[in-house]
Amino acid sequence: MTEPLSRPKRKNPLKKTPVPLLPQGTRSRTALGLTAAAAEGRFQLQVCVDCVMVVYPPRDACPRCLSPRLPYRDVANGGTLLAETTIRISTDVYFRERMPWRIGTVALDVGPSIVAHLHGDLREGERTRLQLKLDKSGQAIVMALPAADTPNMADDPQWRELTCDPKYRRVLITDGRTAVAQALAGALSEAGASAIFVGVADPWKPFPGEEKLRRIERVEIVPLDLTDTTSVNECAGEFAARVDILINTAEHVRTGGIIDRKGLTIAREELEIRYFGLTRLAQAFGPVLRGRGADGVNSAAAFVNLLSVYALANWPAYGAFSATEAACLSASLSLRAELRQGGVKVLNVFFGPLETEWYQAVQPPKVAPASLAREVVRALQQGLEDLFVGDIAEDIRARLAVNPKALERELGS
Amino acid sequence: MASTRTQARREPYRGVVVGAPVTIPYRRYSTNTAHWWVGRAVREVIQRTGLRSADIDGLSLSSFTVGPDTAIGLTQHLGLSPRWLDHVPLGGASGVVALRRAARAVQCGDAEFVLCVAGDTNQVDSFRRMLSTFSRFAQDAVYPYGSGGPNASFALITRNYMRHYGATREDFGKICVAQRANALRFPHALMKKPLTLDEYLSARAISDPIHLFDCVMPCAGAEAFLVCREDAARSLRLPVARLLATVERHNAFPEDPIQYRGGWAMDVSELYAMAGVTAEDVDFVETYDDYPVICMMQIEDLGFCAKGESPEFIRSHSLTVDGSFPHNTSGGQLSVGQAGAAGGFLGLVEALRQLTGNVLGAEVPDAKVGLVSGFGMVTYDRGLASGAALLSGGRA
Repeated sequence: MTEPLSRPKRKNPLKKTPVPLLPQGTRSRTALGLTAAAAEGRFQLQVCVDCVMVVYPPRDACPRCLSPRLPYRDVANGGTLLAETTIRISTDVYFRERMPWRIGTVALDVGPSIVAHLHGDLREGERTRLQLKLDKSGQAIVMALPAADTPNMADDPQWRELTCDPKYRRVLITDGRTAVAQALAGALSEAGASAIFVGVADPWKPFPGEEKLRRIERVEIVPLDLTDTTSVNECAGEFAARVDILINTAEHVRTGGIIDRKGLTIAREELEIRYFGLTRLAQAFGPVLRGRGADGVNSAAAFVNLLSVYALANWPAYGAFSATEAACLSASLSLRAELRQGGVKVLNVFFGPLETEWYQAVQPPKVAPASLAREVVRALQQGLEDLFVGDIAEDIRARLAVNPKALERELGS
Repeated sequence: MASTRTQARREPYRGVVVGAPVTIPYRRYSTNTAHWWVGRAVREVIQRTGLRSADIDGLSLSSFTVGPDTAIGLTQHLGLSPRWLDHVPLGGASGVVALRRAARAVQCGDAEFVLCVAGDTNQVDSFRRMLSTFSRFAQDAVYPYGSGGPNASFALITRNYMRHYGATREDFGKICVAQRANALRFPHALMKKPLTLDEYLSARAISDPIHLFDCVMPCAGAEAFLVCREDAARSLRLPVARLLATVERHNAFPEDPIQYRGGWAMDVSELYAMAGVTAEDVDFVETYDDYPVICMMQIEDLGFCAKGESPEFIRSHSLTVDGSFPHNTSGGQLSVGQAGAAGGFLGLVEALRQLTGNVLGAEVPDAKVGLVSGFGMVTYDRGLASGAALLSGGRA
């Protein structure tokens, strides 16, 4: 049974912070299909189009029929752990400082044998379910879990190495005035976050939901104005070393396309809050996050971007807004590459219109802030990198995959 | 399907002999390159046989660390002008595979003297660097899983074998202890201290159930031999062994979820049929011993006992040079060291010494027929390459 984590002690400031090391992240191009699946928490392997053989390790020809058509497909993840070993000597510095480390051979019900990392509660001969996860290098690995959940299973050290679980971590929510931010504060508190700093610009100005927010356990309101570089830097100066997960909840939703808006005032404001706000956060908090990626139980784990799904495909009814979101998405991909050197994940959360006043005239389905918050916490617990929340987001993504041009016309009509 | 087609009868290796077994004493680490080691072995063969470089018209090279060169680069490097050239990047199966290809080249007249050589250097960091780039499957699906190297891969195979066939650490230990006893009489062995079963059992765990003395020690070294026609050997007054039969197989039994047998199991009847001998006629066996579990698989798959009965076989035999089942007579890689691809030559070169009355260590009494087996190339979860050769003494 997994030993539950104990709350990390206060850090000794005289002790050296361990340099974040990464396991080897080199993969063949074909194997990156596993990374794509892991990023979204799917279990996909190559399945031969011609003979339906499930193939692993990733190949470019089917070993049964030599077909070159081997797309990644969702497959059943059940199997049996045939043999396990506890590695005590490793040639790699990342694993050396994490010894001992268990791996095993799993015979998957759908065919191939897979060498996988083992959860501590799984034993040789037992049934297992496999999951694809992103390791600290950002590449996919296979983790074998017990067939059924076990107590405290998220606290297993080999598992926690792959997730961004908020338990015993300290979180900064950047704009506490939004409904999503307030829902997130509650969900994170419930998930066991040890501190939830909630940024509010001009905290002396009251805002809806404030009282309820302040009553949430372990929430601390901190002054933070994302449009003000000095404010962001001051906040980072005081809190960055204690922030393990940063969630940017800044939003600025306004209707209108490019022509209809008069002048640049709204566009500038949008960029100031969203794009430059993200840039300020990245510059102020990024270096500290990246340096603390291996800092024990409450190591820095994730930078979370909440993005409209229209970042992926412009919705002209909210055309200028979509463009700003696209800018934030593009920046987040750079940020992801930069933070990966420290083993810190960037989680991008895509969602459609929210059940808030700014989408008042939009037809349902819409996403309730509480369910968005729940999904974000779940994605952190699972260590995901891309998350689509709600029917609209899923729909846009599916249509984009099938025919981007068709989607462009449909959104513009 | 190959299995249902009538197999063409294989031509015997008529008139083909093997001699000039050369071992360049191993070193744990070397500041020299693989080229240096290979060059020394080639020179030793030439000096031993009285041939000139110009007489060597066939060259076969096996090496992991000779990069960026391959065999062709070595011709210019060593000043050879062969008319037949081979590069055998098959690790532990290199020796047998190089031998059987060279034998056909000589038999058919494509070359008169084929010099087969394997050599590798070992620098402080070269083993680690080789592991992470060993194969695409290793890079994608093995190395990121704890980076335990072959120790971890073979730990899984060993664990499964123990569970299924009741092998114990004592059984593996008996193999290792016997090989160490053989090695103490072999001057080139890197391991010079006696090993007891208690020491074996109490050694530190590396990757359970693999412990320290189950592992080979990577080192630098080279091995070589010469393949030619019998009449050519006679005119050189070269003591030689005759090649009776060989087999080779790759990626056998891909449907096995975890390895418990090797390619020998597919080809063993052909091996003995071609040689015209049986397992009972074999006087000593040189198995590929990267881990003792693989020795057990070879003992089964090469017909000395049935599948799963190796533990009992080991318990009922003595495995030293003077024992009832002389096995890895120079100490094997477990006690001599694993000099990269030369590890795939070690057993073959030692067998040639035993059969040509040329031993450096202990001699198997009255050895007439020797079996040499090769195994190698774990690109994902199992060894892909396997091969075996039966040889008889020139004095037989």
